[in-house]
Amino acid sequence: MGASQTRAEHQYQDLADKTGFSFEQIKNLFQRFQQLSGNEETISRANLDSIPALANNPIRKQIIGAFFDKRNQHQDEVGSCDQIGFEQFLMVMSHFRPPNLRTTDEEKEAMRKEKLRFLFNMHDSDNDGTITLAEYRKVVEELLSKSGEIGQETAKAIADAAMLEVASINVPNMGPEEFYEGITFEHFEEILKGLEMESRMHIRFLDVDTSTMRCGKSQS
Amino acid sequence: MPAKRDSHSPAGKSLPERGLLLLIVLVLLQGSVLPLGAASSPNTSRNDYVDNPQVKVGKSNYTKKAFPVLTLDYHHIQAPFEISLWILLASLMKLGFHLIPRLSGIVPESCLLITVGLLVGGLIKLAGEDVPPVLDSRLFFLCLLPPIILDAGYFLPIRPFMENLGTILMFAVVGTLWNAFFIGGLLYAVCQIQPANPSILHKIELLPCLLFGSIISAVDPVAVLAVFEEIHINELLHILVFGESLLNDAVTVVLYHLFEEYSGAGTVTVLDCFLGIISFLVVAIGGVLVGVIYGLLAAFTSRFTSHVRVIEPLFVFVYAYMAYLSAEVFHLSGIMALIACGATMRPYVEANISHKSHTTVKYFLKMWSSVSETLIFIFLGVATVDGPHHWNWTFVTVTVLLCLVSRVIGVVGLTYVINKFRIVKLTTKDQFIIAYGGLRGAIAFSLGFLLKKDLFPMREMFLTAIITVVFFTVFVQGMTIQPLVELLAVKKKQEAKRTINEEIHTQFLDHLLTGIEDICGHYGHHHWKDKLNRFNKKYVKKCLIAGERSKEPQLIAFYHKMEFKQAIEMVESGGGFKMPSAMPSTVSMQNIQPKKPPPAKPVEKAEKAPSQLPKGREEEIRKILRSNLQRTRLRLRSYNRHTLVADPFEDGFDDLLIKKQKMIELEKKIKDMNNYLTVPAAPPDSPTMCRARLSSGKDTDFKPAQQQKGNKTGPDPQSYRAKPESDSVPTIHVDLASPQSPDSVNVMDEFRRAGQQRGGERGEEDQGLMMRPHKTGEGADGKDPQKLTRCLSDPGPSADEEEDQPFLA
Repeated sequence: MGASQTRAEHQYQDLADKTGFSFEQIKNLFQRFQQLSGNEETISRANLDSIPALANNPIRKQIIGAFFDKRNQHQDEVGSCDQIGFEQFLMVMSHFRPPNLRTTDEEKEAMRKEKLRFLFNMHDSDNDGTITLAEYRKVVEELLSKSGEIGQETAKAIADAAMLEVASINVPNMGPEEFYEGITFEHFEEILKGLEMESRMHIRFLDVDTSTMRCGKSQS
Repeated sequence: MPAKRDSHSPAGKSLPERGLLLLIVLVLLQGSVLPLGAASSPNTSRNDYVDNPQVKVGKSNYTKKAFPVLTLDYHHIQAPFEISLWILLASLMKLGFHLIPRLSGIVPESCLLITVGLLVGGLIKLAGEDVPPVLDSRLFFLCLLPPIILDAGYFLPIRPFMENLGTILMFAVVGTLWNAFFIGGLLYAVCQIQPANPSILHKIELLPCLLFGSIISAVDPVAVLAVFEEIHINELLHILVFGESLLNDAVTVVLYHLFEEYSGAGTVTVLDCFLGIISFLVVAIGGVLVGVIYGLLAAFTSRFTSHVRVIEPLFVFVYAYMAYLSAEVFHLSGIMALIACGATMRPYVEANISHKSHTTVKYFLKMWSSVSETLIFIFLGVATVDGPHHWNWTFVTVTVLLCLVSRVIGVVGLTYVINKFRIVKLTTKDQFIIAYGGLRGAIAFSLGFLLKKDLFPMREMFLTAIITVVFFTVFVQGMTIQPLVELLAVKKKQEAKRTINEEIHTQFLDHLLTGIEDICGHYGHHHWKDKLNRFNKKYVKKCLIAGERSKEPQLIAFYHKMEFKQAIEMVESGGGFKMPSAMPSTVSMQNIQPKKPPPAKPVEKAEKAPSQLPKGREEEIRKILRSNLQRTRLRLRSYNRHTLVADPFEDGFDDLLIKKQKMIELEKKIKDMNNYLTVPAAPPDSPTMCRARLSSGKDTDFKPAQQQKGNKTGPDPQSYRAKPESDSVPTIHVDLASPQSPDSVNVMDEFRRAGQQRGGERGEEDQGLMMRPHKTGEGADGKDPQKLTRCLSDPGPSADEEEDQPFLA
């Protein structure tokens, strides 16, 4: 451990710059990563699939899918990979960082966009820039997949109603011949305006010494 | 139109005066009637009222008086009569204030009500009567307070409350403690300062000062509710201030009893402090526990009420009141018990009881709480006039100042700590509003009233100081908070209803965050929330909710509720309203259906909705539609005490009417904008034509449908040209073209007939109002008269959106 300390520090600095996590957070996540991968360099779907706590999650498939989705890696690549390294793992995690007090409005806006893009990508499985009705139905079906038969039947109706709502909010006057292709990212933003994603889509990353704590200390 | 309004408003203005006049008359009458009543039946004691006539007859044997044809016995009814009088006064006042729109915009209702109370108290005093001890503590804590708190607890927005629980508790517990000790301690110091001035302040000891501090430091839920309901502040600030005012009850209760106990004994040891802390935990947790137990009992009971629907609402009220009383027996926090009870039972009870019962619960709670609130403020005014006052300038000014200072310091200091743990930080503006929203109210007064004169010789001075602080916060802060909110541009509450997309994504986000937390391998609050939810679904719901609804996931329940509501709206409006979005649009199912080719005839969205329902729901909605159709017939049915067969939507009728009219107006406006701004105005219809159209009811009921169709034919101006004519022909032309659902034909048919019938009824009502606007609106374009009539036939001043929120949430 001691010999690799400096190398790790160096590597962490890199990652911290890229993802915005603190050293402690990265360290914690790295430990978890190793635990999940069985001390391998990369992690595979099967590794994530075997997390027992995840077994009850109705959208498990999509969550795991998001980790292997290249679109979530801040690169312009498309498609999915089978294995991801720690850096990619962190990249996906970085979508769930909370904003802090010093985040400016522009940064918050960017953060919101980024988080929404992540969600959008989860829904838009074929990456054509729109969530089609079929895709949306699938999302709702997954969401209700734990509630058995009634869930599946209703899922379709709910997705239809939701789609209809999106269409009527965004394109209020539509002729009968026109066809609403699907939800584009702009429309997606529009319908989720009220949810305040930037402050809601976050988890508390475990760390002993968070950045906010440090900021408090430096002030006092 | 202006003439109309002018003729209305004097009547509106005179109403409060009239109400007051009525009261004066009644009060005077009471004075004169009292001896009279006593004289007329001197022999009857209170006990033998029941068989009064017989007694009289018996007695007439020896007095040989003629049988009294008319007797006056005021004592017999005095108590209930006076109570009714007070309630009537309160309701009339409330009514009066809402008839004067400008006044309620400037002055909060609470201020006006206190003023009314002052006037009434003054009048009673002038009349030489004893002012009744209206705000005595028993009445206040046992009758007036519970409805308000239950209303608050039952409709508590659980999600924001739980998300901010830490902050709320911090403010409620630490903040209140700080306030109590800061005010009490400094007040004692100030009292000791003036050695030169041989005032009575010297005699005050430390403990009474602290007691006074603890009474005056608690933020009052009634006052906060009254003011915050009017300023429509954003959800976060509202829940912070309101939550604090609810939860600080436990602290107040403990401090109050502690200091009251020891001010007799004189000394406080460390052990006492320790016991105080233990007692706080017991009071708070015990209160919540009592509430939860009663809440679960209520939920369990409501599981079996499906055969006796009429008494369902009663269970909600009675169990909640029992929870309050049971908590009070042990001096636990009754307020917390009520809140816990209301919040616990709501999701289960709502799933169990019928839609009608739910509406009843909603309205009863709102009615009770608003009457209670009104009465409390009026009584506060009356008690001010009544009470023996001891005005001490130093004491009162110092108290007011200390209250303000300690509140500001407390909020700023606590936010500094809290912000280190919060994700969404509280800004300076937020802190200001939280500090400024710390209103004191009638609870403080009642607690002060409870003090015993022999233990606290300063009681009157305390009461005067409490009243001053209450008046200061309610009048000065309550009146200025609205302009300040505007000035600071504090974020307001979003009025928009929850859309189904938002609901889907809220659920999605919950699962997503839980999943990410699980992958991270540590258990944050999403994880525990998920665990709790699963436990709830697996065990609790099964026990407490009857039938298949217990298995219904939240999203589906939400969707069904929405659909249900929509169906009701459809019945009421006669069609046209689609998904919950406020925007009227022409987008219909076919626009998003990729597979089927566009059907030949345009499909109305509203018609589609019922066809997608699952079997049970569909049956339910069908029943509604049918019963609506048969309303007149059903009215003749025999009255049954245990079931309410008829009146499908009498309860929510007005509500829906208002909303419907708003919707139609909005839709019209938008259509007008779309169509008539670009297209030359349609030739104005003759007034008679308009009237005929309105009285046939087609205009109001089927307008949206026709407009949509008009729109669908294409964007060329020609089609709009033709529209006014098609309007005036009183035929209903609705295309039934949802090929995949044969059911919808059936439903549509009924719904159309219902619309027709209702249209007829409405038309009659409208006619009286319609004559004037046509004359004034004739010069304008053809659309104008219709808009005017719509304004006039609007039954209420404004639709209360708040009322519907709990139903959807």
